[in-house]
Amino acid sequence: MSKEAAGIGLEHVRFSYPDMTMDFDVEVPSGSITALMGPSGSGKSTILDLIAGFREPDSGRILIGNDDVTGLPPDRRPVSMIFQENNLFGHIDVAKNVGLGRSPSLRLTETDHADVADALARTGLAGMERRLPRELSGGERQRVALARALVRDRPVLLMDEPFASLGPALRNEMLDLVLELQAERALTVLFVTHHPDDARRVASRIIFIEAGRIAAAGPVSDFFGEDGPAAFQHYIGNEGRFARKAT
Amino acid sequence: MRKAPPTNPRILAGIAALSAVALLIGGAFLGLILEGWREWRNAVDAFDPYLFRVAGFTIWQAALSTILSVAPALLLARALSRHPSFPGRALILRLFALPLALPAIVAALGLLELFGRAGYLSGLFGWIAGGPWQGIYGLSGILIAHVFFNLPLATRLFLEALDIVSPDYWRLSSQLGMGALPSFRIIEWPVLRSALPGAAGLVFMLCVTSFTLVLTLGGGPRATTLEVAIYQALRFDFDPARAVALTALQVVITIAALAVLTRLGANAAGDANLNVASPRLPVAGRSETILNAVLLSLAVLFVLGPLVATVASGVQADLSRLAGEDSVRNAAATSVVLALAASLLSVSLALALVAARRAVSLRRGGSGSLLDRLMDTGAGFILVVPPIVVGAGWFILVRRFADVFAIAPAMIVSVNAVMAMPFAVRAIRPAYDAAAERHDRLCAALGIRGWARLRLVDWPVLKRALAMAAAFAMALSLGDLGVVALFGSDAVQTLPYLLLTRMGSYRTADAAGLALLLGLICLGLMVLAERLGRSRAR
Repeated sequence: MSKEAAGIGLEHVRFSYPDMTMDFDVEVPSGSITALMGPSGSGKSTILDLIAGFREPDSGRILIGNDDVTGLPPDRRPVSMIFQENNLFGHIDVAKNVGLGRSPSLRLTETDHADVADALARTGLAGMERRLPRELSGGERQRVALARALVRDRPVLLMDEPFASLGPALRNEMLDLVLELQAERALTVLFVTHHPDDARRVASRIIFIEAGRIAAAGPVSDFFGEDGPAAFQHYIGNEGRFARKAT
Repeated sequence: MRKAPPTNPRILAGIAALSAVALLIGGAFLGLILEGWREWRNAVDAFDPYLFRVAGFTIWQAALSTILSVAPALLLARALSRHPSFPGRALILRLFALPLALPAIVAALGLLELFGRAGYLSGLFGWIAGGPWQGIYGLSGILIAHVFFNLPLATRLFLEALDIVSPDYWRLSSQLGMGALPSFRIIEWPVLRSALPGAAGLVFMLCVTSFTLVLTLGGGPRATTLEVAIYQALRFDFDPARAVALTALQVVITIAALAVLTRLGANAAGDANLNVASPRLPVAGRSETILNAVLLSLAVLFVLGPLVATVASGVQADLSRLAGEDSVRNAAATSVVLALAASLLSVSLALALVAARRAVSLRRGGSGSLLDRLMDTGAGFILVVPPIVVGAGWFILVRRFADVFAIAPAMIVSVNAVMAMPFAVRAIRPAYDAAAERHDRLCAALGIRGWARLRLVDWPVLKRALAMAAAFAMALSLGDLGVVALFGSDAVQTLPYLLLTRMGSYRTADAAGLALLLGLICLGLMVLAERLGRSRAR
């Protein structure tokens, strides 16, 4: 059902803040789940914003699949993004919030309505179509955002600490849902998290960034082994001793 | 390969709004400068002792009004703050918000019906004075009217300052057993002192530029301010050169006052918020309570009196005959149409400015630019350009090549719209910024833009704020007498203008009826605006 799977490529992408210049060069393989980790202020959200089109690089190219998307406005990129919060319009009910993923002017056909209902059912929200976002729990709201991403049907899903405000059990539940959806649609998922457990639970790869540079990138197993990158071990509080599980 | 950044339509709209405002103000100053250039000898001759006496009186009455408004307001705010919950407190606060909603000419009439030579209280005052009561007239009338408007305003400003004091301070002060005097010295006075320059500056500014009250209550050449003198120079003496001289002086005084005002950190747009809740425990002792009760009662009587007088004499008027008169109907229709247009224009300008300001401040490195600052503070700055000055400038400019009275509707609408704009900006901006904060990225991600964005996202979220701003702007515009006094004629009459002519021809009963009508309309709109604002905050 989904369009062709698409990897993400950042080729010497430079982006400057007044006090910091970031430079990213990295690839995210298509059809994988990649966790984007790093200290606060290292540029995790900036990378997502660059891929999604909320920010434009000073130089370099951003590729999705085989296409150069640099300079395209956010809605023309084959990308859906889920923020930590404010994913929904508060005055619009759940079904319409999802429907906006299909038509930004809410002109929906019968097929569209059926797809919305399917997406809501798939994310466990059947029966909540007419609710307003404020009548939902935090987890349910993020489910609506996921449902909208399903309806939008873009090959790349970006998530910026999507479940940070949820408790551990709920977070795992949501991650498992993302894993299922990713497998069904062959999505390329890139998500920011601070929790090593999240990465281990669903990701196949990790990109670790520090101070606006890619410090390390590779399979998850490379990171948690005894010879994992020192900076990453330091970040997760495991300096030199891979004896106990990170908490 | 990279697309040039598209010109943001929001910024373009803001630039258009700023240009419209600049055109209005600039046109007025162009008219004044041209006239001054052409008639420079007459304009220079106009700087005679009379003109300086008028300028002196303008400042003198404003200073007196400020002292008389602000000093009691300190005590009243303190009294209200010391008694955070007593029956009627919320009512007093609402009453104190009323004068702001009342057109100046309605209040002036109410004051005359109470304190005038034939007013309800003339018997009492005559008995006290031991002779026939002459009525408020000249300086006394102007002062009473200014205090009527500004005492409640200053009280609310001070109370707002006191309400910000941390509740922990009050708990601490009652735990330490501080009496009235120590807690005034240690807690209340520092807060009031820091709010004092701003509040006093605002009141002074309002009094220096007050037109309607001085026109209706001032008396003759001895009690005239610059604004009224400009009006008289243009409408009665037809002496444009003198008007130019007067306007120049008025502008100098306003700019000087504004410079002092901004240095003191005052907010030129005033405040229409109303704080009812206060989480403190009552702390006042018995004798202080009695003193405060007396103070508050006096203030309530003073504010309530003219309102009651307006209603009492208004209902005595032959309202049904008035309502049937063609001139009244025409004036009412004209007023409503012009005020609606002004309110629509005002809200559009404000929305464009608010949206552009947001867009500019988001642009990387855009903050701090001239455009940014203009959109941020430019809106409030408009308030200090008195409508009479703008009106006078256009009056002098247009008379050279067209019939001045033919442009009356356009002048009334545009000047009133621009004067109400700062208030509209204040009503719209918080809602707009909050909504944009939540929705901008989401809309960009989903491609919701243009008409779809307006219909699905912005309108549902902003309609309350927009309606509130519109109601407020309409009330201000309906009650305004400044521009229409200059441009009004038999052909274009608004309700305030008709009211003024009826007062001038001593048809007092008619005037009272019209005042009641006008007051009720404006009050209704203000209540509506406040309701809308309140339920938004929910």
